[in-house]
Amino acid sequence: MSFITKTKDGLVHGFLNSSRAFLIGTGLLASSMAALAPVSAQAEMVLNRGNGSEPGSLDPQISEDVPASHILRDLYEGLVGEAPSGDIVPGDAESWTVSEDGLTYTFKIRDDAKWTNGEPVTAGDFVYAWQRAVDPKTGSEYSFLLAPIKNAEDITAGKKDPSELGAKAIDDKTLEVDLAGPTPYFLGLLTHSVSYPVYKPAVEKFGDQWTRPDNSVTNGAFKLIEWNPQSRIVLAKNDQYWNADSVKLDKVIYYPTESTTAELKRYRAGELDWTYEVPNDQIKWIRDNMNDEFVVSNYLGVYYYGFNMTKPPFDNAKLREAFSLAINRDILMDKIVTAGEVPAYSYVVPGMNGYDPVYVNFKDMTQKERNEKAYKLYQEAGYSKDNPLTVEIRYNTNDNHKKIAIAIASMWKSVLGANVNLVNEEFKVFLETRKAKEKTQVFRAGWIGDYNDPNTFLELWKSDSGLNDTGFADPEYDKLMDEASKEQDSAKRMKLLESAERIFLDANAVAPIYHYVTKHMIKPYVKGWDADGKGHVNVLDHVRSQYLYIEK
Amino acid sequence: MLGFTLKRLLGAIPTLFIIVTLSFFLIRTAPGGPFDKERSVPPEVAANLNAVYHLDEPLWMQYGRYLGDVIQGDFGPSFQYRDFTVTELIFRGFPVSLTLGGSAIFLALIIGTTLGTLAALKQNSKLDYAVMATAMTGITIPNFVMAPLLTLVFGVYLRWLPVGGWEQGWDQVVLPVIALALPQIAYIARLTRGSMIEVLRSNFVRTARAKGIPERIMITRHALKAGILPVVSYLGPASAAVITGSVVIEQIFSIPGIGRYFVQGALNRDYTLVMGVVIFYGSLIILFNLLVDLVYGLLDPKVRMQ
Repeated sequence: MSFITKTKDGLVHGFLNSSRAFLIGTGLLASSMAALAPVSAQAEMVLNRGNGSEPGSLDPQISEDVPASHILRDLYEGLVGEAPSGDIVPGDAESWTVSEDGLTYTFKIRDDAKWTNGEPVTAGDFVYAWQRAVDPKTGSEYSFLLAPIKNAEDITAGKKDPSELGAKAIDDKTLEVDLAGPTPYFLGLLTHSVSYPVYKPAVEKFGDQWTRPDNSVTNGAFKLIEWNPQSRIVLAKNDQYWNADSVKLDKVIYYPTESTTAELKRYRAGELDWTYEVPNDQIKWIRDNMNDEFVVSNYLGVYYYGFNMTKPPFDNAKLREAFSLAINRDILMDKIVTAGEVPAYSYVVPGMNGYDPVYVNFKDMTQKERNEKAYKLYQEAGYSKDNPLTVEIRYNTNDNHKKIAIAIASMWKSVLGANVNLVNEEFKVFLETRKAKEKTQVFRAGWIGDYNDPNTFLELWKSDSGLNDTGFADPEYDKLMDEASKEQDSAKRMKLLESAERIFLDANAVAPIYHYVTKHMIKPYVKGWDADGKGHVNVLDHVRSQYLYIEK
Repeated sequence: MLGFTLKRLLGAIPTLFIIVTLSFFLIRTAPGGPFDKERSVPPEVAANLNAVYHLDEPLWMQYGRYLGDVIQGDFGPSFQYRDFTVTELIFRGFPVSLTLGGSAIFLALIIGTTLGTLAALKQNSKLDYAVMATAMTGITIPNFVMAPLLTLVFGVYLRWLPVGGWEQGWDQVVLPVIALALPQIAYIARLTRGSMIEVLRSNFVRTARAKGIPERIMITRHALKAGILPVVSYLGPASAAVITGSVVIEQIFSIPGIGRYFVQGALNRDYTLVMGVVIFYGSLIILFNLLVDLVYGLLDPKVRMQ
């Protein structure tokens, strides 16, 4: 009941008033809980969801941040959807076929897929949205996810017209997509908002105002009814949605919650049913006091230290290995990063479908053996406790990064005798320094996969990748990645990617530290999010409100 | 007085011009740009984005374009909140910030002057010491400490008041306004007390008393009018303090005011948003100082003569 009394919503108040009248009117009956039950069942089912920060945009092709992605998954439906487990299920496409060469996908769009205004969703809506995404004029940051589609890269580079994109509407309900090369993870890309359809008449009529509640036309389980920047975004159930019968929530309210401490307070005060994050410095308190509501799940991300391989001292492979060996990951997970993060010995997060995890060669050694080997390598590189190396760890200003850096610095000091300086920079400054590879020696980094395939991790380390801040460049690696991108046989492709990661890990261009987890506080009455029956959300943290419900 | 007002308003133009120019070039010198993210975009995409927002033009040309737009009242599109223009964000946020800041100043004025006057009347009594001690505490505890404390006690433990949000109920206003007003209450109470003590010893008060004017009227009509002058001149800095304070308060209480855009805009290198807010705040403070001077003139004939 605390949830209802705390919700400052006219409709809920209405319910409270009527229930009070009901209580007075029926005297004896009202004192029994059974009499109240039918009334509560009629009340609106509202979920209050903490959502990190104010979304940058609710335009599917323009949006690029995680908070917006949660809202867009509720507002729109792509060709494919995701089950609570994260598995890909049919969405607006009821079925699809893939040609033998893996280059042509044909999607059959379901007859009852409709926009919120009742108009049918057509293949042309997808073509329009995708052409819009790759069009340079749109300025879409995530258009690169559509790069596997034929001509997409040339269109983005301004060399071809958007109409030449390899996606055609054969008829209203049939969409044919030609790819530039086989892309086994193509369906996974289609879960991202950049591939969602948009309603052309609304976009053209309202221009940059088309995402406002009054103008927006969407095709998902919910529709947008209120957008108050920095205050809240209210979605209501969309009765036109083809699968509306399965949607239980009447409303979802998203709140921007930049401060995790403030978010936790709002949760404890009953104003939120679901938090976006959990403040790291309060995990111990949460475990002691509200452990039942604390949901920790594996996440598709890795926290690591990168070495700048283009400059001394870390152009020396022995030194890189020594410094990676000397990090005691167990102590870090025990004392510093304590939410249940997993010590990392690989770059690709283990547990991807069909991918046999590849680990650094020292994974099975004890820390004592690692430390001994580390010091040996350190000496071979020309340093010792009497002739120590001075290195610099650079990270973006943040308490957690700082704690980790201090701990690692002391490990390097005690195992190797290295002198370690810590340098922190404001985030955007840090990104620029890291990219320049001029001043950096060891730098903090993290990577969250965009889709459930090793490619999303390994593509970073191609020598021509703009995200390769270590300067790692290996022709053999590039060759394997190239072969993998052309390989149609899934098993063979995985083997190629595994070999590529082997090369990458052996070079110790990075020291993987831990694999991320997602942390949420979830009220016990919120159901429908459990991905594996063990109380975890799925590994992508894609929790669609269409599956959620409240049971009190 | 009209001439004075006009002169001051004209004098504000060069000030604003300097503010625009300085903030434009200062934020551009900060490393990183609006579209730099942990996941950086491919070069072609970055080029497209820069073209969409004219960031590919030489800086002087962007400056000229921006200045031209600002004169027409257009602050441009936000880089971070791409579905909104800066003007729209400011005009949505301002009523909220104004309600918050205005209520805080109003509350501070009423409570601060009352407490200060009481303390002055009972100088060196227990009441005086209590007020001054509380005031001292209020000034020394920063609001980023006070605000979370208030939410913890009244929101989480007692559950009397909500700990965040806005627009969904009047009770959401209470804690943020108190948190924002507390240091100002304290400061105003001290100011009032000091100045009232002085005024109560002055000749015209003695004369008034000698003429047998009832004490209550003497204080409210005569003494307070003179005693409140330092408080009036403090209102200028106070409004600035409330604006900067609201940056913190809005963050802590999840209030959709302009203060939050200031911080986030700077961190995101949302050039247009930061400048829009700076210009807006700048104009506001100039305007407020002008108002304070006018009110001062009304209260103190000596100032009006000059």
